[in-house]
Amino acid sequence: MSPDTSSPPKIAFERVSCVFDLQGEPFHAVREVDLSIADGEIVTLVGPSGCGKSTLMNMVAGLLDPSAGRVLVDGQPVHGPGPERGVIFQQYALFPWLTVRENVAFGLEIAGVPRAERERTVARCLDLVGLSAFADALPKTLSGGMKQRCAIARAYAVNPKVLLMDEPFGALDALTRVHMQDQLLQTWSRDRRTILFITHDVDEAVYLAHRVVVMAARPGRVHHVAPVGLPYPRTEAMRLSPAFQQLRNEVWTAVYHQDRPPAVATAAPDSPHP
Amino acid sequence: MTDTHPTQAHAAGTATDTADAATARQAARSQAQREQQRQRRTRRRLLGLNLVSAVLGLGLWGFFAWLDLAGLPGPRDVGARAIELVANGQLFKDAAASLQRVLLGFALGTLLAIPVGFLMGWYTVARGLLEPYVQFFRTIPPLAMIPLAIVFLGIGEVPKVFVITLAAFLVSVISTYQGVVNVDRVLINAARVLGAGDAAVFRRVVIPASTPFILVGMRTGLGAAWSTLVAAELIAAQEGLGHRMQQAQIYYDLSTIFVALITIGVMGLLMDRLLLWLDSRLTRWQERR
Repeated sequence: MSPDTSSPPKIAFERVSCVFDLQGEPFHAVREVDLSIADGEIVTLVGPSGCGKSTLMNMVAGLLDPSAGRVLVDGQPVHGPGPERGVIFQQYALFPWLTVRENVAFGLEIAGVPRAERERTVARCLDLVGLSAFADALPKTLSGGMKQRCAIARAYAVNPKVLLMDEPFGALDALTRVHMQDQLLQTWSRDRRTILFITHDVDEAVYLAHRVVVMAARPGRVHHVAPVGLPYPRTEAMRLSPAFQQLRNEVWTAVYHQDRPPAVATAAPDSPHP
Repeated sequence: MTDTHPTQAHAAGTATDTADAATARQAARSQAQREQQRQRRTRRRLLGLNLVSAVLGLGLWGFFAWLDLAGLPGPRDVGARAIELVANGQLFKDAAASLQRVLLGFALGTLLAIPVGFLMGWYTVARGLLEPYVQFFRTIPPLAMIPLAIVFLGIGEVPKVFVITLAAFLVSVISTYQGVVNVDRVLINAARVLGAGDAAVFRRVVIPASTPFILVGMRTGLGAAWSTLVAAELIAAQEGLGHRMQQAQIYYDLSTIFVALITIGVMGLLMDRLLLWLDSRLTRWQERR
């Protein structure tokens, strides 16, 4: 059930720094971050804006190079983007001139997957996110939740080893958001894909993760790591439980009161859920 | 909790999803129908108003002609002259000559502008090398190049087409370049993380994303081509609508000037509509108001 921490990490940050030039001044988006994510683990990143969450993710995605240190996926340093690391952007990033089906097929076409296999995979991924009925719709006709489901299907289609999700549900209404969280966990319970998930929402961070990583800004760094001992599948009852509340408070304090030393939840979160 | 739970939950979830999807689809369809109906009504109303406006305009023109200020010819005089010019084949010959120049210049200018605009937008080196010239020549009205064009290119078709080409090129190149520069970085990143290399990003993201800009450039370029035409035909033309107007001016033949003017307007309008139609076909995916 819990991720395999004995084998080498799926994603590893080794003393990673990323410095930008901000009007002549060096800006430490990320300074000396060490973080390992196990195979099959869900890690959520929370923190104030400017704490380098997206910078960390972009370095794993290969869209950004670290200024110092190494970013490893499966023990190999990251060089440029690749389909084995799926990215889901907050702004959906669907190609507006392609239909839902064509969007999902995009990565498969780039990879040169033969037509018949491509169509099978696209159909399977659309079914997974419940968009089969909208396969021929253009993105502009879809709601926000549907657009994000299409983006998720597009990422799944190329069968990535890890999923990098940058505030994927940030633009959705609260109800759709909860629904999407459950769908994500359901899919995860079947494929156990490693997920690195950025969010602003403390509830979402705790609900999804094995571990919540709270970051601090100026310079961007890891402030606090909160292991979530709650078992999967996560349920609504858990979301409303005292154990969850305590974790939520711990993460909340770590995010919103970073001047205080991070407090660890007093009740052992590992205790079995009633 | 066991692992069977999520499967059940998922099955239930799928069932509701399908029902939801069916309702959603139905709602979407009826909404789309209503929207279509509304648009059709608006279109019909606009068309009616356009017609009223045309009739009013003709009436006003007729009224001023009837007042006989400055010898302005009325719609009837111009109509009669038009019939004459059509009957003796003069109008067709002139229109064909002008149209040929405009189309040739427009086609050459656009065909040149698209690759140059892409180069400028995509490669920093190309932008650095080309942009100063494009920006510099943009500030010079293409018509100001006519004396130079005559010196270097003579007085045949070449200088006329050259000036029109230049006008269309300068407008189109800027909007193509803007289109490429404005391609959403997120879309490029989305393509790259799905495994697309530079060539695939260019072909599958940059080109479709900048198509709306290119089409806007083509429409403005067409306008520029037409507006340069008449002046270009001042260069010792033997035929063409601009040439005909110049001749008519010498003989104080106002009706012929009007016929030529209206012909230019109608041809320009028709070509613009054609591009607009092309635009609506090619960029249906765009979010519009």
